[in-house]
Amino acid sequence: MFAIPLAWLQLKREKIRLLVALAGIGFAVILMFLQLGFQDALFESAITLHKSFKGDIFLISPQSTSLIAMKTFPERRLYQAYGFAGVQSVSPVYLGFGIWKNPFWEGPPQPQTRSILVIGIIPGDDIFSLPGMNENQDNLRLTDVVLFDSASRPEFGPIATKFEASKSSASLIKTEVESRRIEVGGLFTLGASFGADGNLITSDLNFRRIFTTRQKELIDIGMITLKPGANLDETLARLKQNLPGEQRIDRKKTPEQARQDFVVGDVRVLSKQAFIEYEQKYWQDSTAIGFIFTLGTAIGFIVGTVIVYQILYTDVTDHLAEYATLKAMGYKNRYLLSVVFQEAIILSIMGYIPGYILCIGIYNLTKNATALPVYMTLSRGILVLCLAMIMCLISGVVAVRKVQDADPADIF
Amino acid sequence: MSQEPIIAIDRVNHSFGAGRLRKQILFEVTTAIDPGEVVIMTGPSGSGKTTLLTLIGALRSTQEGSMKVLGQELRSASEGKLVDLRRNIGYIFQAHNLLNSLRAWQNVQMSIELHGNISPSESRDRAESMLEAVGLKDWAHYYPSELSGGQKQRVAIARALVCNPKIVLADEPTAALDKKSGRDVVEIMHDLAKKQGSAILLVTHDNRILDLADRTLNMEDGRLVSLDAAPV
Repeated sequence: MFAIPLAWLQLKREKIRLLVALAGIGFAVILMFLQLGFQDALFESAITLHKSFKGDIFLISPQSTSLIAMKTFPERRLYQAYGFAGVQSVSPVYLGFGIWKNPFWEGPPQPQTRSILVIGIIPGDDIFSLPGMNENQDNLRLTDVVLFDSASRPEFGPIATKFEASKSSASLIKTEVESRRIEVGGLFTLGASFGADGNLITSDLNFRRIFTTRQKELIDIGMITLKPGANLDETLARLKQNLPGEQRIDRKKTPEQARQDFVVGDVRVLSKQAFIEYEQKYWQDSTAIGFIFTLGTAIGFIVGTVIVYQILYTDVTDHLAEYATLKAMGYKNRYLLSVVFQEAIILSIMGYIPGYILCIGIYNLTKNATALPVYMTLSRGILVLCLAMIMCLISGVVAVRKVQDADPADIF
Repeated sequence: MSQEPIIAIDRVNHSFGAGRLRKQILFEVTTAIDPGEVVIMTGPSGSGKTTLLTLIGALRSTQEGSMKVLGQELRSASEGKLVDLRRNIGYIFQAHNLLNSLRAWQNVQMSIELHGNISPSESRDRAESMLEAVGLKDWAHYYPSELSGGQKQRVAIARALVCNPKIVLADEPTAALDKKSGRDVVEIMHDLAKKQGSAILLVTHDNRILDLADRTLNMEDGRLVSLDAAPV
C-alpha cells in the first residue's frame, strides 16, 4: 500500500514548515524532560543521604516529617532494640542545621554565612557508604574537626580545592559553624539536596560542642544493622512486639506498608525502603514541588499538542484538493487518515531526537550549576518519547476530522 | 453493435438543497455510451454537465432514475461501492490536481498503487513508460510546480490512463490551456484512449476539438436537448 511514502514526501516538501514543526516539538520535548528531570532530581537528592545509610532498620520520632524537620527521641529506644535477636549493631545519628561561615569570602566586610546540615555520628560506627568516609574515620575522633561534603554548593567557599591544596602544608582550613571554631579534617561526597545546600559529618561529641543546647540522650535517627542472614520482617515484628508503648496503626497504610513502617510508643520504626519512601512522600505530597513539576510537564504536553495540531491542520488544509483527488481516484478515507497519522508519528520522532540530545546538554549544565543529581534515565527517555507520540497522535485525531471535508464532488 | 453500453443512463433526475431551497439540476437525462466511444458534451455554464459527470464518475450517489456504469447500478449505492467503482474510471480534471509533493512519475504511480500487488520497480516502469507515451519522458523526475500547464495536464492524463480504465471522464481539460497545448492534450488523450479501447466522455466549451468526437451531446438547462450523431 505504501510504495510511495506520501506522508514523508509531503512533510519533506515544505522544509521551512517541517523545521518549525520540529523546533516546536523539540521545545515541548525539552520542556517535559526538564520538568520531569528536575522533579526526579529533587526526589533523588532528597534521599541521597537515606540511600547511603548502611543500616537495615531506622528509628525516628513520630513527629519527624523529613530530613529538614527532624524531632528528637530518646536514645534508650535504640539501645533497647540492640537486645533483640537478629540485631548486629545500633548507631545513633544526630542531625542539625548550623550556620557555616565561608572562610574564603573576599566580598563586602560582613561574613558570608549559610545554613549547612551537620551530621553527628559516633566515630568508628560504620554508617555511610560514601566516598571518603573510610579514609577519614580517624579524623572524626579529633576535637572540633569536621568532614566537609565536597559536592556542597559553591556558596560555602572553595573548601574542596583549598583542602587539596593545603594537604602538603599541613595547615587545616579553619572556620566557624554556629560560632564554634572548627577545622576541616577531610572530605567526603554526598551532594546538595533541595533541603540542605551542603553537609558536614562530625563526631557526636563535636556535634554537641557545636549545638550546645542538644542533649546526649536525644537523637534524631537510630540506625539498626541486622546480623547477616537475619530476617528483616521478623526483626521488625519483634520490634513491634517488644518496644515499650502502645502500637498505633495508620489505617491508610496497606498491610505490607504497615509491616515496614509503624509507630510504637514514642518511636516510628521504618525499614530502609520505607525510610526512603517516607522522605520522598514528604516532598511529593506535603510540598508544592511535585504538583508544580507535574503541571509544568502537562503544560509542555499541551504546548506540543497545539503546535503539532497547527502544523497538521495547515498541512491537511493545504492538501485538501489533493486529498479529494485521491478520493476521486478511489483511495479510501482510511488511506488519508493513515497519511495524517504517519505524519504525526514522523513529526514526533523527528522532534524527539534533537530534543533528547539538547536535553542531555541542559542536564549537564544544570548538574554543574546546582550540584543536583540531574541525569538522563532510560525510563524517562521512554516516558517522554511516549508522551511526544501521544501528543502527536492527539493532534492527529483532531486534525484528521478536516480530511473528511475533502469531498471529491467539489473539485470537479 | 450487440455490446452492452458501458454507461447506461435512464431518466436521471438530480437536485441540490432541501425544502424550499431545493433546486433541480438534471431533468430526465437519458443516454447511453458504448465501449470505446468518444463522446463530447457541450452546453452553457450551469446547465448541469459537471453534475452529470460526477454522477457517472461515482462521486455522488444517484438520487432518481437508473445509472449503470460498468454494469453496476449506482442509484443509492453505498460509499464503499462508489469508491471501488472509482478505481476503474480515469479522471481528468479542469485543474490538473496533481500532488505537489510528488514527482511526475510518483503522481502516476499513485494510480497504479490502487490496483493490486504490483512491485515498486514494475509500477515505476509502467509510470515512466506512460509518461513517455504522453511525451514527458525527460520530465518524469520533475515536480508539478516545475512543469508548464500543458505538461501538468499531460501528467494528469498519464495518471488517468495508466491503469487502462474502461471509462475516461474529462471535465474541461483544456480550460486552463492555450489553443495549441489544449489541442495537443486532447489529441494525446484521444489517441491513447482509442488505443486502449476506453470510452471517453469529455465536457468542453472548446469548439476546436469537437471534430475528435464520435458523437456530441448538448446539455441545456438540465436536459439533453440534442443527440446528434457527429460525422465520423
